Amino acid sequence: MPQFLKEYFNRNGIGLGSVMLGLVLFWTVGLIIMPQLSMLDFSFRPNLPPPEIGGPKDLYTLENYKYLIFGPEGGSQDYNAVDLRVFYRTLIAAVLVTIFNLMLCYPIAYYLAQTKGNHIRVLALMLIIPYWINEILRAFALRIIFGETGILNNVLVGMGVFDTPFDFIRNDIALYAGLGYAYILLMIFPIYNVIESLDRNQIEAARDMGASWPRIHWRVVIPYAKPGISSGCTMVFMLSAGALAAPQILGGPSSLWFTQLIYQQFNDNSDWPQGAAYAVVLLVTCILLVLALMRLFKVNMGDIGK
Amino acid sequence: MSAGVGVNLEDLWIKFGDFVAVREANVNINGGDFFSFLGPSGCGKTTILRAVSGFLEPSQGNVLIGGNNMKGIGPNKRPTALIFQNLALFPLMKVWENITFSMEIKGASAKERRKRADELLDMIALTGQGDKLPAELSGGQKQRVAIARALCAEPDVLLLDEPLSALDLKLRQHMRSELREIQKRVGITFIYITHDQGEALTMSDNIAVMRAGVIDQIGDGKTIYNDPMTPFAASFVGENNVFRGRVKQVSGNEVMVTTNRSGDLMARVANGTEGRLKEGDEAMLFIRPEAFSLAPVGTQGDHFVTAQVTKEEFEGNTFNIFMEGDGGKEIKVALPNLGQSFESHQGEAMTLEYQVRNAVALPAGVLATE
Repeated sequence: MPQFLKEYFNRNGIGLGSVMLGLVLFWTVGLIIMPQLSMLDFSFRPNLPPPEIGGPKDLYTLENYKYLIFGPEGGSQDYNAVDLRVFYRTLIAAVLVTIFNLMLCYPIAYYLAQTKGNHIRVLALMLIIPYWINEILRAFALRIIFGETGILNNVLVGMGVFDTPFDFIRNDIALYAGLGYAYILLMIFPIYNVIESLDRNQIEAARDMGASWPRIHWRVVIPYAKPGISSGCTMVFMLSAGALAAPQILGGPSSLWFTQLIYQQFNDNSDWPQGAAYAVVLLVTCILLVLALMRLFKVNMGDIGK
Repeated sequence: MSAGVGVNLEDLWIKFGDFVAVREANVNINGGDFFSFLGPSGCGKTTILRAVSGFLEPSQGNVLIGGNNMKGIGPNKRPTALIFQNLALFPLMKVWENITFSMEIKGASAKERRKRADELLDMIALTGQGDKLPAELSGGQKQRVAIARALCAEPDVLLLDEPLSALDLKLRQHMRSELREIQKRVGITFIYITHDQGEALTMSDNIAVMRAGVIDQIGDGKTIYNDPMTPFAASFVGENNVFRGRVKQVSGNEVMVTTNRSGDLMARVANGTEGRLKEGDEAMLFIRPEAFSLAPVGTQGDHFVTAQVTKEEFEGNTFNIFMEGDGGKEIKVALPNLGQSFESHQGEAMTLEYQVRNAVALPAGVLATE
């Protein structure tokens, strides 16, 4: 038995240690790795009717991936322009939602972390309580707010900002707002956690030496909060790119989210291998993008867990 | 060497809600002085420092730096630099970036900053360590980096908030002389906050003794040690033995006090407190442990004290005798170790003698609690 396992069992005892280890293994292997591997396997197989599965035609193929890039064989276009456009638009939108979320949440997290008093607890509660409500209901609530006869339009038209109601839904504003709002806590709390441990004297020291507030944030707070920021951004980006409910409910008629395509392949077309291939492409691209950005901003994988 | 910029506190009050942290402080700090605020924790000395640095607006009164009223001027616009108790070095910046942070704010080029950092690193004897991170330095080195960082801003006034309290004893003593050395070299005004009377006495030109938001006495170390003006200053600065009693007779600058335990004792009136004690007033008489010498047992007189020995200890440079004192407190006597032999007198009565000029009588008041 390797040394760290021995220490682990010495610390926790054989009984409790085995139970905990078993649960963790079940969680990672049974619930994450195995399903993903079977999804990966699916993605390389042709879509066959059930009797032919495992038969002579069930051979590994790159067809499903080709389809995403080149479209149906003998199609009118050289590339699968529709799906590819949805794909990159989803990624760009997810990046935008992440940036928007960061800009919104950093000040909130900073304020929560650096201010003392009871009103902070109330504020945190006000942030958390809406999340007791189910995600779909929250999305519908936003749809009502942003709708043509919704509160927002009533107020804006009433104030004379617009002459006629503005279509927030067709312009995807409702979608971005919905996605942004859906993951606000996942952005706030990692940043809050890190900033809370920042020594206030460092901020005062910078201020004492003549630094303006923007510079204090740029040189002292943000570098310190970087692990929290990257952790929050990673989660928000991954979850926005993989969101389904918000795009379904808040998306305009023309805006398809890539997850909706995956959903269509699985459910409407009953083409599991094709859906699996799309899902794998989305997952791998997102992971690569996150890793590239982490490299760019010099964040270590270990920092994210902080 | 510049003449330095003075700091004046005029009728300064600082309140937090109903709590008065600083009450009517009037202090004139000369330019180029090493000035200490000395007091126990919670006495308001850090609050004063924060008011001078600009992190706190006084409730009433003014802070003047170089004659200019600082009202409404933020900490980033004041000619002060503050060294924090925990130093507050930026952990993610290299030492040289830490030191020259104030230049970075002013838009100096990296080359200029490197050059200045190297000069300052030479000064604090950390040549060539500029590329390290603060975490790679020892406690004393971090201390010096914090000083260099503050000096790099070229402040008129350097504010130090108990910066030595985290260091071990040896290093602390070493840093004392080093700080004093640096202050003399740069010639700017240092305002030093400490609860350690040894630090205050060894480094300062002038000291303000503070108690519960009130400044009890301002003066140089010798004056405060030899002529304390309040029982608190007498008991907080250095060790002191107190004898409570009532004034029997005042004659010029000498006072006869009828003490509760040791009969009538003579003392002088501290400079600056003349005329404050009247016949019949409650008084406190202070005699330092080192002011006593031994006398033949049972000698009577107005500068002799006889009491039971409760404890004896050998401290190396002194031989300490503890005797039954007033109000349950012991009388401490420190006899210098000059190679003579010390016999134990545990449990026996002993008689002490002192010179009247070494005993100070003050109107009764609050003592420092240890």
